[in-house]
Amino acid sequence: MATTTQRVTTTVATPERVRPARSLWGDAWYTFTRDRLAMMGLFVLAFLVLAVIIGPYLYTGTQLIDFARSLEGPSPEHLMGTDDLGRDLLGRVLNGGRISIAVGLTAVFIAITLGTTVGAIAGYFGKLDNPLMRITDLFLSLPVLPLLLVLVYLFRETLKAIFGPELGIFLMIVFVIGILNWMPVARLVRASFLSLKQKEFVEAARCVGDGDGRIIFRHILPNSLSPVLVAATIGVGGAILTESTLSFLGLGFPSDVPTWGRLLFDAGNFIDIAPHWVIFPGLCIFVIVLSINFVGDGLRDALDPRRKI
Amino acid sequence: MGRYIARRLLIAVPTLLAISFVMYAILALAPIDPLSQFGADPRIPPEARDQIRHALGLDQPWPIRYLKWIQGMATGNFGYSFMSHSPVIELLLQRLPNTLAVVGVAYIVGFLIALPIGVFSAVRRNSIADHVFSTFAYFGFSVPTFFTGLVLIIIFSVKLHWLPFVYDSNLKINDFGSLVAQLRQSIMPIAVLGFFEAAVLTRYIRAEMLEHLPLDYVRTARAKGLLERFVVIRHVLRNSLIPVVTIIALGVPAIFGGAIVTEQVFHVPGIGELLVRSIFQGDTPVVTAVLMIFAVLVVAFNLLADVLYAALDPRIRYS
Repeated sequence: MATTTQRVTTTVATPERVRPARSLWGDAWYTFTRDRLAMMGLFVLAFLVLAVIIGPYLYTGTQLIDFARSLEGPSPEHLMGTDDLGRDLLGRVLNGGRISIAVGLTAVFIAITLGTTVGAIAGYFGKLDNPLMRITDLFLSLPVLPLLLVLVYLFRETLKAIFGPELGIFLMIVFVIGILNWMPVARLVRASFLSLKQKEFVEAARCVGDGDGRIIFRHILPNSLSPVLVAATIGVGGAILTESTLSFLGLGFPSDVPTWGRLLFDAGNFIDIAPHWVIFPGLCIFVIVLSINFVGDGLRDALDPRRKI
Repeated sequence: MGRYIARRLLIAVPTLLAISFVMYAILALAPIDPLSQFGADPRIPPEARDQIRHALGLDQPWPIRYLKWIQGMATGNFGYSFMSHSPVIELLLQRLPNTLAVVGVAYIVGFLIALPIGVFSAVRRNSIADHVFSTFAYFGFSVPTFFTGLVLIIIFSVKLHWLPFVYDSNLKINDFGSLVAQLRQSIMPIAVLGFFEAAVLTRYIRAEMLEHLPLDYVRTARAKGLLERFVVIRHVLRNSLIPVVTIIALGVPAIFGGAIVTEQVFHVPGIGELLVRSIFQGDTPVVTAVLMIFAVLVVAFNLLADVLYAALDPRIRYS
């Protein structure tokens, strides 16, 4: 990567640089802050996240239906213009961003939890390795996007009836994205468990009488977390994309929940008269995924011990 | 080698059966009645509904339906659409050429863009051009394809009026004019998918080239006085492309998935559009068949990737 060499030169140029305490995370942070693209991504990401968390309290715009003001382009009064019902788009984008980001985080949390559990069990307990990995392979062979569409369609009404329209759809989308994306994490965790359980420190831990649970959670798991963290970061971007794809195809959130994908879906019919309605939510998805990818790549470089001097 | 391929094939068949079983089970156990579309029609009396159910074989337990379905699939009988009452296979054959044309051309275009850019970026690592291309590659796979598609429509159809934004599938190519029309309506969907693929592949090709460039055999090639051009193309590129070939094979199912979105944006009547439409209509036989096609694609290209990898890289042991 481009950044590696920059880092090499800075470290080499100032070898006497004082670095008092060295810890894994301190080192990683040090490397990370020297990655310009990653830092830029982090700032943009932080800005977007703060904007959607705090934004809706400070600014809602006029969300009243007003046909006299429908489909207006950006103006000082409506910074992103209005939709077909004359509602302020910026307010809707801020509001919808909350749900898009929440979907991304929760879906990845499910995928990571599931993947880490399967990977850890498969890697640590040799007997379960083969069956669990066959299941992982099977899941990897599923056609993800078509299956997502079908699952959402099939279970939407039921979950809506149980949990209400908003929470029901949220749970379903998050769950479905989660169970179709845990496989790469399981493979990563299994691979590092397989190599780490042979190491001396694990043997030492067993000698002093640690049980399986303690060895797994205290000794091996913390050492295999960095690839998981990278996968999780990039996964959030992927999950946001998936949610917006579902919403864009009309199989995501209903129109009163203005996630970014849903806004694009609604805007699709007015593309010739109100292009601003497409541009702003689309840019939001693009910018957040891009910055997440930058941060993820920066993390990968920072956490990879082979790339360090 | 032959035994390796045979063994991979033997694994692929049960995988496919397991996937088909899982997908059929999901559809069969889902809380939505396949007859909900016309079953809910109050004009149809319950007896008639039972008759329809019986005629379609839906009164049998689903494992039996699955076995019959698999049996039918094996003999080329994919069932009948609930909506149009025509054989599913006919619908698929109508749609597949459109998808294959768009996806195939887009993939080739993507590769042809990615190959020179990836090689150039790796050779001129950290040059301004490399940074520009890498940034574009990042943009390419961070931007959702439906957004790229809509932006292209805004620019080229709405503002400039250069290109049509609805794909006309009835267009017959019989003279120069219709050929131009076909090209004009295919440019945007192909550009959207091709740009995305190019972005993904550029990164892989660049990364693989960078892995190989510092190796000893490259230094040897240079030391014996080969032109840099030949070192890069004959030695480094050939070795770097081995993993890229597998990436390309593994990526084919994903690009078919991406085609679902692109077909929806540009109204291309391909199998992706058929899937979305059938899902909304509750047309279970069509949905199952399209899902199965996607599953076959995934398994087949995984197999192809394994075999290609083994064939191209003599270091791989067939175990």
